[in-house]
Amino acid sequence: MTSKNPEYDFKWCPGCGDFGVRRALEFALQDFCSYHERPMNSNVIVAGIGCSGNLVHLVEGEQPYGFHGIHGRTLPIAFGAKMGRPDLNVVVVAGDGDFLSIGLEHVAPQAARNLDVCCVIMDNGVYGLTKGQSSPTTDLGVITSSTPYGKLESDLNPLDYYLSIGVSFIASGYSSKPKDLGKLIQAGMEHKGFSIVHVLSPCTTYNDNYEQLKGNAKKGIEPIIFDVPKEHDIHDREAAHKLVNAAKIPIGVIYQAQGRPTLDQRLEDLRGRVKVRSVQEQLEVFVF
Amino acid sequence: MAKRQDFVVRFAGEGGQGVVTASEALARIAADVGYHALTFSTFPSQILGGPTWTQARISTTPVLSPGDSVDVLVALNEEAYETHKEDLSEDGVVIYDSSFTPNSSGRMFGMPFDDLAKQAGDIRTANMVMMGALANLVGMPVKFLQDFIVNRYLSRGQAIVDANMKAIAFGVERAASTTFQIGELEPPIKPNYKQAMIRGNDAISIGALAAGLDVYVGYPISPATPILIYMERNLIGSGKFAYQSSSEIESIAAIVGAGYAGKKAMTATAGPGFTLMGEGIGLAWMAEIPCVIVNVQRGGPATGLPTKTEQSDLMTALTPAHGDQLIPIIAPGTVEECYYGGALAINWAERYQGPVVLLSEHSLAERVQNIPKPDLSQIVPEVRATYQGTNGYQRYDGYELSPMPVPGKPGAYVANGSEHDAMGDTTHLPSRHIQMTTRRFSKLKLLEENVYERENTDAPIAVMPWGGSKGPAMEAYERLKAQGTNLAWYYSMRINPLPPKLLEELRKKELVLVPELNYLGQFASFLRSHGVNAQAITQYTGLPFRPKDLVNRIKDAASAASRKAVSV
Ligand SMILES: Cc1ncc(C[n+]2csc(CCOP(=O)(O)OP(=O)(O)O)c2C)c(N)n1
Ligand code: SF4
Ligand SMILES: [Mg+2]
Repeated sequence: MTSKNPEYDFKWCPGCGDFGVRRALEFALQDFCSYHERPMNSNVIVAGIGCSGNLVHLVEGEQPYGFHGIHGRTLPIAFGAKMGRPDLNVVVVAGDGDFLSIGLEHVAPQAARNLDVCCVIMDNGVYGLTKGQSSPTTDLGVITSSTPYGKLESDLNPLDYYLSIGVSFIASGYSSKPKDLGKLIQAGMEHKGFSIVHVLSPCTTYNDNYEQLKGNAKKGIEPIIFDVPKEHDIHDREAAHKLVNAAKIPIGVIYQAQGRPTLDQRLEDLRGRVKVRSVQEQLEVFVF
Repeated sequence: MAKRQDFVVRFAGEGGQGVVTASEALARIAADVGYHALTFSTFPSQILGGPTWTQARISTTPVLSPGDSVDVLVALNEEAYETHKEDLSEDGVVIYDSSFTPNSSGRMFGMPFDDLAKQAGDIRTANMVMMGALANLVGMPVKFLQDFIVNRYLSRGQAIVDANMKAIAFGVERAASTTFQIGELEPPIKPNYKQAMIRGNDAISIGALAAGLDVYVGYPISPATPILIYMERNLIGSGKFAYQSSSEIESIAAIVGAGYAGKKAMTATAGPGFTLMGEGIGLAWMAEIPCVIVNVQRGGPATGLPTKTEQSDLMTALTPAHGDQLIPIIAPGTVEECYYGGALAINWAERYQGPVVLLSEHSLAERVQNIPKPDLSQIVPEVRATYQGTNGYQRYDGYELSPMPVPGKPGAYVANGSEHDAMGDTTHLPSRHIQMTTRRFSKLKLLEENVYERENTDAPIAVMPWGGSKGPAMEAYERLKAQGTNLAWYYSMRINPLPPKLLEELRKKELVLVPELNYLGQFASFLRSHGVNAQAITQYTGLPFRPKDLVNRIKDAASAASRKAVSV
């Protein structure tokens, strides 16, 4: 949406982390387009259902294409769009509920295919749009509207999960640093293969954890996040494994696989090996 | 004795016994010399073993249905014999494998198929032993079989040819030593046009490809899997993509994504997968994305009858999603229509910019039939109206279809599954919901085509089957006509929207009888919702109608209606 649209009736709450993610995505798209000299309309944003998915309507400036589909199905939609049109830059934006609960079944298959799309996940540890139920990343024991006596499930470590299923580019971001986050998203888009930029994007209304994330020296609260150390080798899977299982949450590029072909590259390779028959030739097989 | 116009041979045994290939080989042999053939098969849902049977109906004229009864039953085990003996025609003959002895007698004889094949020199010639015996029973020249063998096997060496020839001779000899005959078949009238021997599922695939299909994503499920296999093998050229998905939920969303990106996209599934696709089909309707969903129906609900035939998904196909929608449906009734229907479905999706369901069924999917060679030049691929201007376009403006922007070109918008404004931004304004709902339904008008079959239209009572029940109903109709029963005939593979002129005609009928394979009478109910006095003739056995049953049921229903009309 380039300018204020009076008909559009959704608003993020003041302070919502998703504002920063939107800004970061705008930076990333602009830089990506000017670097590769490609038009903004060659980008497609496939959005999930949640507060986060509304990002697709709120992008300012020059407009990419968007698809605001159904809950949990961003990846399959992106899969069809990308494999139909490998020339497009396809970006998924979704919440932790959309991507890691109802849509989780779609993540591992794309990792195995190494589908060349970039996913920007806005993790607020809660279902924002449906007003505060627990999500896979809500901590064990936390009280939410759907866990009135405390959450009974262990919380998922998304970075560890991505690593375990073979996602070929994994980054961890924080919504309050849009410039840095923009760089991470751009790196994800540059990566040839399946990339996920998992962003801590707090929900001020249902799970305001800014203070825990950033820390508060006055109150003696240590920050939960820390920058990925300079010496971390992003191609070292073992090192990445240690990093994502540290007591605190690393911010930066966690892992990048090298030399893994994407699904469209494999398909291109296959085309070179297989004889393609025209419809006419196919029909002749049945003619007698 | 007058010569026969047609005969039905059923091969019954266990999965893995070559039963399927036997009926297809027979069909091929017959078609090669100019007969018309149609196979029918039903298998158990297991890979090895389990009762399997297939049959071929061979005729001097195009075959409409699997027929009424069995003229020759080839029973490979006792269970097969016991199960199928009831279906034998009056002068029917049983050829049983000598590994067992039926506990009754009559027109039957045993043959050690495998032993004879071994004696002929190759165990794989057991089918040809059967064929030799069959040819003798129906008075078909042995030369037909011999020519077939030479054509098919000569390239593989003389030894194979010799073994097959010997096998045929053994079969002929054994059958000739019995006194059974089922009447000589009329000689074939070789069609003067080119033909194709093709299965319903393959015909759908080729039709869709002829209309320019680009992307196919599907998940394996009986009886739709052959379409996936066909696409994986053939839809591989530059700009094309075929892939096995991880679920039907992924399949539907993926083809919606591809359709959005400007591609002609399709998936195929059966009942269980179709139900899972509901939300995604609603998305395509709501966001106005062209795509085709083939539903090869099987018995339902739930896992239902995976390998049996039924026409019970019509209501689901009309409204597979929640909310206001009415999805366009094409239901082919013959293998030939599978081809043209496959192409039409792709064209419809492009034309009205939305999802189209191609409703096939198990009996068509697995049916092998010789049809006139599909005419590629008759398929004119339609291309959707795309937006060609500069930026500032309102994709969802107005109450009717409008050009669709394609990513990579100006006209960026948000394709939206939530109710939206002209730009595709989410909104809840009542006026917008009214506009968009009207817009989505108005586009169905673009699919109204007055193409349908009609015959004897002055009669007050009509027969109108749909889908795969067309053949048996047509055969029943022809017999009733020959008996002097005054009935009108209507048929359309365009189920939604129905041809408007057809509806006009149907509304004037006293009664429209609808043979269909489901409990609810789904198509009859749909017709009633359009103001037609329709009454279903239902069957839910997992098998197609037999023409002779339909003759009786149509006659009964028609005369009950006439009596009522008189007594009023
Ligand atoms: C199939 C389906 N189930 C449930 C919903 C309701 N729903 C909408 S958004 C949402 C969860 C959103 O959580 P998340 O993805 O974390 O996004 P957030 O709002 O937190 O950004 C749910 C359950 C839906 N729209 N569709
Ligand atoms: S509810 Fe939470 S996630 Fe949703 S807009 Fe408000 S702050 Fe953001
Ligand atoms: Mg959330």
